[in-house]
Amino acid sequence: MLDKHGKIERNSFLLLFLTVIVVSIGGLVEIVPLFRVETTIEKVEGMRPYTPLELAGKSIYIREGCYTCHSQQIRPLRDEVERYGHYSIAAESMYDHPFQWGSKRTGPDLARIGGKYSDDWHVAHMIDPRSVVPESIMPAYAFLARRGARLHDIDRHMRALQRIGVPYTDEMIENAYWDAMTQASNDPYEADALRSRYGDNVNIRDFDGNPNKTTELDALIAYMQVLGTLVDFKTYQEAQ
Amino acid sequence: MKKKTDKTEKASRTGPEIDKHSGVETTGHEWDGLKELNNPAPRWWLWIFLLTVIWSIWYWVMYPSWPTLSGHTEGLYGWTQHKQLKEQQAEILQRQQAYLEAFRAMPLDGIAEHEELYRFALAGGASAFKDNCAACHGIDAAGMSHYPNLNDDAWIWGGSLEDIYESIKYGIRSEHNETRYSEMPAFGADGILNRQEILDVTDYVLSLSGLAAENLRGAEIYREQCASCHGMDGRGDRSVGAPDLADAIWLYGSSRDAVYSVIYHSRNGVMPHWDGILSEDRIRQLTLYVHSLGGGE
Repeated sequence: MLDKHGKIERNSFLLLFLTVIVVSIGGLVEIVPLFRVETTIEKVEGMRPYTPLELAGKSIYIREGCYTCHSQQIRPLRDEVERYGHYSIAAESMYDHPFQWGSKRTGPDLARIGGKYSDDWHVAHMIDPRSVVPESIMPAYAFLARRGARLHDIDRHMRALQRIGVPYTDEMIENAYWDAMTQASNDPYEADALRSRYGDNVNIRDFDGNPNKTTELDALIAYMQVLGTLVDFKTYQEAQ
Repeated sequence: MKKKTDKTEKASRTGPEIDKHSGVETTGHEWDGLKELNNPAPRWWLWIFLLTVIWSIWYWVMYPSWPTLSGHTEGLYGWTQHKQLKEQQAEILQRQQAYLEAFRAMPLDGIAEHEELYRFALAGGASAFKDNCAACHGIDAAGMSHYPNLNDDAWIWGGSLEDIYESIKYGIRSEHNETRYSEMPAFGADGILNRQEILDVTDYVLSLSGLAAENLRGAEIYREQCASCHGMDGRGDRSVGAPDLADAIWLYGSSRDAVYSVIYHSRNGVMPHWDGILSEDRIRQLTLYVHSLGGGE
């Protein structure tokens, strides 16, 4: 049987036919499961889409290439769970487009950075990483504290996400700009409306220590502080 | 048998196919006088190839591999990464079990007296500290600007085991419902004091540690505005987290500018809560560790 390849190689139609069969098997195995990918997403409590401010922060995270040094995926390995907390589950990144799992850890994993450090720490760390972590090799991002967050078209970003399945309501999209301004305020005028849309545990405060302006640093820290905090693991049934 | 007939047929059709020098059959193709020998693949290569095929079949059977419409084949071993993690965690827990039961049952001050349990707590606390606390308090717990030194005797919210436990578990001005909380007014930004008044009280506060001459106007403002929390003598009040102003320890710097800025804007430093992030065991270990660093009361 093994010496029949000569015949196959000499008959181009037979070769084409058999090649198509082999490639199809590979294709089916790799592509068909993608259509069933929702079956791999756990049913969890607490997961919600990002608020407009957090979404703006995520865009900055992507723009600055944070993912090239920081992963957002805690693997189910003992030492990682010991260090970072519960391993990441699919549901936690189901609203991420694109997801930020990353594949390189020059810096630590950030999947559960939310709530671990104070806003004040994040501000100091972004402006000058060495001021709080002397051995850090992270670049400084001081300019984020000066630049206003890009919020004028955040509703359109949300609309695009809505079209690919993120459950933003039209109400959320219509109020996107003011929701973002509200979230970054120490003295929020519309806090209840924001909470009614995104839940009671939305962090509402001035994140960057500059209450006069909603900066990129506000957005980025709002995003950092929500990472990994949404899923309620008390009600989560672990996978076998 | 059949093979031979094929060969002889081919030979009769296309002429001699055996290469004279090597005695190996050629493919019959010719390019400008060059001919390709039809050597078989090396045996060792063929065997490795076949072995990998056999290995992959074994792998498909034993491990999760092929996708199905509603999931994937489980494999005879029933292996999953999550199971492996649980087993490894159970193994560590097993090893710690000797200590954990007694550790959980005993109050914090009892553990501090118990040599073996104390060592267990400090080891766990030291490693958790590096992972979670060192980013602000420093790897040696010496703190830095904005973040208190945990090695010294100066405590803002108290240095007893219970106090440290509460600070770690619920945090300070954190998002936790039971967080320790107090708020110093922004005397300048909120328009309570004017510039000159703040300068006077700045001098008075500095004078408490001998860094400025006594300022009588400042002393009066201090008595009216600051003493209710920081005390008439400036020794602070731990029940509201008002730092001691007379101990020459400065969280935000001791320059006139720095103190002025604290009074003008207020600070209200935040420590996150660790309840829900770290386990109860870990929080208790950390409490004992921080308490052991030198300033525990």
